Amino acid sequence: MTRYNDRPDDPDRRRLLGGALAVAATAIAPGILLVAPRAAGARMPTEPVTDAVRWGLLIDTTKCEAGCDHCVAACQTEHGWTDEPLSRPDQDAQWIRKVEVRDPRTGYAFSLPMMCQHCEYPPCADVCPTGASFKRADGIVLVDKHICIGCRYCMVACPYKARSFVHEDIEGQKAYSPRGKGTVESCTLCVHRVDAGRVPACVEACAARAGDAMLFGDLNDPESAIAKRISQIATTRIRADLGLHQGVLYHGF
Amino acid sequence: MSKRINLDHLGLQGISFYGPLAWIGLLILVGLGCAYTMEHSGHVITGMNNQVMWGTPHVFAVFLIVAASGALNVASISSVFGKQMYKPLAPLSTVVSAALLVGGLAVLVLDLGRPDRLTVAMTHYNFKSIFAWNIYLYIGFLLIILTYLWMMMERRMQPHAHGAGIVAFLWRLALTTGTGSIFGFVIARQAYDAAIMAPMFIVFSFAYGLAAFNLVIMGLYNWTGRELGSFVTYRFRSMLRLFVGGSAYFTVIYHLTNLYAPEHAAWERFILLDGGIYTALFWLGQVGIGYVAPLLLLFHPGTRDSFSVIAGASVLILLGGMAQMYVTIIGGQAFPLLLFPGMEVSSGFADGVVASYVPSMWEVGLGLLGFAIALLIIVLSAKTLRVVPDNLSNRFLDPDHDKTQAELAEERALAQSA
Repeated sequence: MTRYNDRPDDPDRRRLLGGALAVAATAIAPGILLVAPRAAGARMPTEPVTDAVRWGLLIDTTKCEAGCDHCVAACQTEHGWTDEPLSRPDQDAQWIRKVEVRDPRTGYAFSLPMMCQHCEYPPCADVCPTGASFKRADGIVLVDKHICIGCRYCMVACPYKARSFVHEDIEGQKAYSPRGKGTVESCTLCVHRVDAGRVPACVEACAARAGDAMLFGDLNDPESAIAKRISQIATTRIRADLGLHQGVLYHGF
Repeated sequence: MSKRINLDHLGLQGISFYGPLAWIGLLILVGLGCAYTMEHSGHVITGMNNQVMWGTPHVFAVFLIVAASGALNVASISSVFGKQMYKPLAPLSTVVSAALLVGGLAVLVLDLGRPDRLTVAMTHYNFKSIFAWNIYLYIGFLLIILTYLWMMMERRMQPHAHGAGIVAFLWRLALTTGTGSIFGFVIARQAYDAAIMAPMFIVFSFAYGLAAFNLVIMGLYNWTGRELGSFVTYRFRSMLRLFVGGSAYFTVIYHLTNLYAPEHAAWERFILLDGGIYTALFWLGQVGIGYVAPLLLLFHPGTRDSFSVIAGASVLILLGGMAQMYVTIIGGQAFPLLLFPGMEVSSGFADGVVASYVPSMWEVGLGLLGFAIALLIIVLSAKTLRVVPDNLSNRFLDPDHDKTQAELAEERALAQSA
């Protein structure tokens, strides 16, 4: 069965690991590994983010079961968003949610996770007055919490309802995923993991505990598993008519 | 003729001045209390949520900002189109415009999730954002109209007032274009994403701003016992007919265009037929109270000549305008996003269903703060600056007044002799 994640047996990973091991072997005492394994296309911490990489997700809805929300739970655990104590359900954060879709004419139904679609032309970043909403060179759309003024125009502009406003004081935040009352937040594509060479938490959870319906990788690298896969199957983007060229692609509908 | 009208400040003293001022002050204190509570507790205490992100404060704020640009109409007609009879009213028109804008901006800023970061909004600009443009448009508008006011009031600068008036007029068109485009540029929502939003907001601003200015004039003259002639009021009535009719026209075109496009059919069905409170507010509020009732009152021979009716029609136009903003801003967000055209969608996050929104008292208090700030600025400006004509009597404003009076006297004499 084709595994949908970039695996340690990828050629790129082997090359990188090999190089890292060679450096470690010559500079450090033999037997001690100081360089963490990195995903194909992942940059070194000292390297700038470039557009040579375009991170993306492929979601196979034929493997995504209705009612399964392991991806949502993994995201909550990873980033610490949950049902806030004072907020009403419609005020709670929702970085990723499961959406059930049904064709009323045929009855065909499918389920999929919906999160920030990491658009190439993100409307949220276009409308943000301060530039707090921005797209990294590698395609990850983020919010700079230091300059978000909480105007929520990005939420009005997002076609996917992928952004949340924090309605109350937050405690127990994760150091790598800061949150704050009065600012907007959304899926970061687990940028802290990606920069460390790992895959997003939702992808990891889906592979480990669900139908392995999510494939993460570099869309720019023709040798990556995701690039190979999307060259073989029909994929679509949600509201492709808007021309936003999202980094999240779907298969199965 | 206009030489006999002097610009003056309000001569009110004692309780007759400080009484109403105290009420405005109380409203401001209540509004600031609401803003502080919202800032302290977070938006969790409001009706706003992650489906309806912009709530009642935005209805008030956008309404005030739109009305602000329209309140400059009278000054523009005087300076840009050279209608001398409006010249005595131009400074007050400028003051009302600035006051409404400051009131609206105060609400907008105090509703921010992080109002303490206002300096960030002043120092970090994303020039692709219509919001960032609007920050320039709003601040620029204030600077321009205050300069314009100074040029009108400072005798040495009066030759330049015409030029400043033209700049202010062009800038106010740009400003309302920017405000309308906040919605027009949003591609994601069925209610917005339309180029007509910008010109439609300009026409709305003409109506809301003139109605507000008319009420300020009537209120100030009633308060101070000054003479307000029909010459001014009837001209305002004529302009209100035109602007309300224009607003109705743009509304019809907006909905007709949407009805023609199948992709917008669901939104139109929602707002015109089965959208609950939003449908009711559209038909009863925006159309009934905002367009039909004022037009009937302003055109009907039995009511159109009454000052009270013209004032009442102005109030209706403002109420209809608030309903329009509620329908546009909150209705536009409550209607579900179209994720999969032609498909049924559901989720635990209100996909495929109309989002709920119930305004909280904190939001209403913050919104009223905007009106209170605008009133305070108007009253204090009228008290301290010579911006209020000492009278607006027909005999000073109407160039044909003497001739008309002579003709009337002649007719009376003829009637008596007959």
